[in-house]
Amino acid sequence: MQIMKRSGGIALLATGLAAAIGLTAGMANAADKVVMAVPTFLTGAGAPAFGVPARNGAEVIIEAINKGTLPAPYDKSGKGLAGRQIQAVIYDESGGGVKQVAEFRNKVQKQGVDLFVGYISSGTCAAITPVAEELKMLTIFPICGTPRIFEEINTNPKYVFRTMGHATADGVAEAHYVKANMADVKGYTGINQNYAWGQDSWRDFDLAMKQLMPSVPASDKAQWPKIFSGQYGAEISALMLSKEPLVHSSLWGGDLEAFIFQGSARGLFRKKKLLFSVADTSVYRLGKKVPTGVILGARGPYGIFAANVDTPLNNWFRKVYIDRYSVPPVGGSYQAAQGVLAAKFAYDKAAAANGGKFPSKDQVIAALEGATYQGIAAEVHMNRSNGHQAATIHQIGILEWDKDAGEPIMTNVTTFPADCVMPPPGVNGTEWLKGGMKGAKC
Amino acid sequence: MLTLIAILVDGLIYSSYLFMVAVGLTVIFGVMKILNVTHGSFYAFGAYMSATLVGIYYQTDLPEFGGFLVIFGAALIVGVFFGVILERGLLRFLYHRDEHIIVLATFAMFLVLEDVLLMIWGTDPYYATEPMGLLGFIDIEVLSYDVYRLSFIALAVVVGLGLWLGLTRTKWGKVLLAVIFDREISQAMGVNVTVVFLVTFVIGSILGALGGAYIAPTISVSPGIGVEVIVLAFAVVVIGGMGSIPGAMIGSLLVGISRAAAVHQFPEIELFVIYAIMAAVLAFRPEGLFAPAQARKI
Amino acid sequence: MRYIDKTVVGLTIAFLALLFADFFMAEWMRFIGLQSLARGTVALGLLVLWRTGLVSFGHALYFGFGAYAAAMLTLLGYHDAFFLVFAGTLVAGLLAFLLGFLLRRYRAIFFALLNMAFSMILYGVIVKTEALGSTDGFSVLAPTFLGYAPEGEAVQTTLFLFTLVFTYLITLSVHLYLKTTLGGMSMAVRENEIRVEYLGYSAEKVIHVKYVFSGLVAGFGGAIMALAIGQVDPDSMANWTVSGEFVFITILSGIGNVAATFIGALVFELIRTYAFEYAPQFWQFILGGSLLAIIMFLPDGIWSVLSRLRKAEKAPSP
Repeated sequence: MQIMKRSGGIALLATGLAAAIGLTAGMANAADKVVMAVPTFLTGAGAPAFGVPARNGAEVIIEAINKGTLPAPYDKSGKGLAGRQIQAVIYDESGGGVKQVAEFRNKVQKQGVDLFVGYISSGTCAAITPVAEELKMLTIFPICGTPRIFEEINTNPKYVFRTMGHATADGVAEAHYVKANMADVKGYTGINQNYAWGQDSWRDFDLAMKQLMPSVPASDKAQWPKIFSGQYGAEISALMLSKEPLVHSSLWGGDLEAFIFQGSARGLFRKKKLLFSVADTSVYRLGKKVPTGVILGARGPYGIFAANVDTPLNNWFRKVYIDRYSVPPVGGSYQAAQGVLAAKFAYDKAAAANGGKFPSKDQVIAALEGATYQGIAAEVHMNRSNGHQAATIHQIGILEWDKDAGEPIMTNVTTFPADCVMPPPGVNGTEWLKGGMKGAKC
Repeated sequence: MLTLIAILVDGLIYSSYLFMVAVGLTVIFGVMKILNVTHGSFYAFGAYMSATLVGIYYQTDLPEFGGFLVIFGAALIVGVFFGVILERGLLRFLYHRDEHIIVLATFAMFLVLEDVLLMIWGTDPYYATEPMGLLGFIDIEVLSYDVYRLSFIALAVVVGLGLWLGLTRTKWGKVLLAVIFDREISQAMGVNVTVVFLVTFVIGSILGALGGAYIAPTISVSPGIGVEVIVLAFAVVVIGGMGSIPGAMIGSLLVGISRAAAVHQFPEIELFVIYAIMAAVLAFRPEGLFAPAQARKI
Repeated sequence: MRYIDKTVVGLTIAFLALLFADFFMAEWMRFIGLQSLARGTVALGLLVLWRTGLVSFGHALYFGFGAYAAAMLTLLGYHDAFFLVFAGTLVAGLLAFLLGFLLRRYRAIFFALLNMAFSMILYGVIVKTEALGSTDGFSVLAPTFLGYAPEGEAVQTTLFLFTLVFTYLITLSVHLYLKTTLGGMSMAVRENEIRVEYLGYSAEKVIHVKYVFSGLVAGFGGAIMALAIGQVDPDSMANWTVSGEFVFITILSGIGNVAATFIGALVFELIRTYAFEYAPQFWQFILGGSLLAIIMFLPDGIWSVLSRLRKAEKAPSP
């Protein structure tokens, strides 16, 4: 008995725990709200380039949805998602896939989240997809780039959507642009971070170039700096010594900016033609420090490319965003906003089909599958991967500095139709590229 | 031939960068036997402070080259401030505890300071590229080098030489060596170990902050730069021998030159160079190349 | 009866209570519990090492190795949890056995940091390997249990049961081992290694045995983690910060009792979960701040609070 008494410490704790667990088991959230989790990078290197602009973009839209102040074509559908207010749970995406999967479960099971609109990194999206399907949780990825999500990880998605084109579109659009504007280019090389995004970006661009300009050789010494290394001295020297005049780069954020500073100081941008696939995230911030004359993409018709799109929705978005955050919205802001709009569109459409009553999750999913809705800057066609993968127009142009306006502008912009740069429904991107991009409508 | 020159120059610049990043860590470890994880925060704070102050400085009409003084000033402010606060406010309460506890305390402090950084400066990046533009560049055929990054080499040599002379040629250095060799005996001989520790820690902090402050004009000063630096600095220190200044120098050179060679010849393996060297050193000489002798006490 | 003491009884009661609770727990709580068991087991290995005065800042090496081993086997088509966890544990133990020959010669901070250096090499290898998803890692399918293939919530319930049973057995055997002569040697090695050798024991062997054990349980924790979360990636499995978290848990728990490591792991998980929920941008601040507070004000870990409470309770009675 003496033993029993003394062991009370551990046993008490364990039983107390079990009791507490029992109590919390029945937690439910209020019925008149839609709890929307918005994971995005709030800390770490991803925050300034993508995370914070994405959060800002989502906040602007969520607030307008709740107040019912969205302009056309969303001005007639009332406040909230199918009449219910959004309660946004914005949290940090940092820490890697494992931590994010754990957090995903927490949010679903502990905080009773109804849907997710978020995730920026391809790595997190890849990790989240199987769990979202397992937990039957409506999840809209507004940004992440990897084609693997619906091509390898889950080819038959039910709960997971992505509301922008994937990385294959970037590589194809870039190659088309090079072919049209630099027909006599003698060869190309690259500098991409040595991790999944950089590896994918280079592979797709390289494959597309081999199809569109088969006689133009690729360098066998493309550069692979470590992500977040911040020091590009040796890489810049190697690029200067290389004979290829065109340099492809998917650097972003702090790495991109460091590369631009170190390259500008050594005149790299006068000696080589640079092609930046996601540099729009930095152009406003760099201001006059931007290297002019470089080819630039924003992973679609977003950010700086949408600066002059004259629609009520875009004009309103830019104005509210700039008033509130005193910087223009960049790609991430547009893409996140587009993801939240998908939810608005789907809930309202499903409610209308449901006789005005609040729709079930399955009805919302059915409403979004295969639909076409209006994003901030362009129409979004959910017509790939059983209606779960979006396709939009894509734009590439040349970055210049507008002295009069005192801001960077895009010139010589080419717009590619969605069916030109995205693989057709049901076709694997890499195989499509290798097979000569059959079925592309340019 | 040009490639060879490029490898050498790029390698030397990168080695100097590594040395600047690692030397503060190795000084503190050498004397106090503390792996100071907070080193990464010193670096980050140094970079932020430098970027902020340089930015302010260039809005005034003061002479352009004063910007360089501002960089060193930023390092001094950050190093002294955090060095004193951390050593007096935290570490001195832990000296009698396990040395692992101290490492963990610096790890905890690092986590805290990462977020303090966010609270002060937010997530937007800071730029202070003016000093880099000031110095212009040198052409070697098609290669151009900006003088600012070349000046890393000079700074590393000055810092390395200064520390070496300070350790071997001054009375202070001798006292320090005595403390390194045997803390208790030197205390018994009348050395004020408390002061030695404080001064060492502050010097280490200033060096850490200087690394960040001097590199700041070449990078985008943004969240997360501290974490990367800890790993790099630690790797260099392990390769060279923990706590050895010549070791840090040789370690930096080894990694820097090999990395430059990889970038120019086999860019695919660049990422792995530092780990490969570390693995080789650990397999054949786990103490590092220049490990100081260890006394085994009974 | 000499083996049955209060800790054994307490552990058994806790085990039975949790076994029972498994079927009623809220899903999120079970998930946190599962992670706490996995991390707690790793901390258990560190506690055993710590008793000889050695702390490793690199056990993410074995944790990550076990996790990746189990995850890679699922890619080859093996899905049985018994096999996966056994394999993960074994390969991590084997690695610890090999590295042990080198590491057992080092003490104090050098031991801690050499471990960290080795763990960074594993990290580098994973990041460089595109076939393993580089920085992204890859997903791990839900495991089966000797032919039983649960679905939905049952996966986690079964996995929790599975983990609980093994953790219970491991914890019990560690506790009993520490009471044997060889186990008792550890404190002696910590106090004065040379005297231990004069007594005829090899300090290096004592350390090597403990090191292999710590590697085994870290591999176990890693394999469980991979199955519980369904994902492996280098940043959450093999990075140096992960090793730091294990040491954090060990210090939080204190060296006093094997059961404390699990309470420590649970407290750690809860701090992190709530910090993340209530301060999404400043969770590191809260995590680091709690750690500092524990180091400064609870030098012997949370177990010392429990012991102190018990002493205070006892005091009035004669």
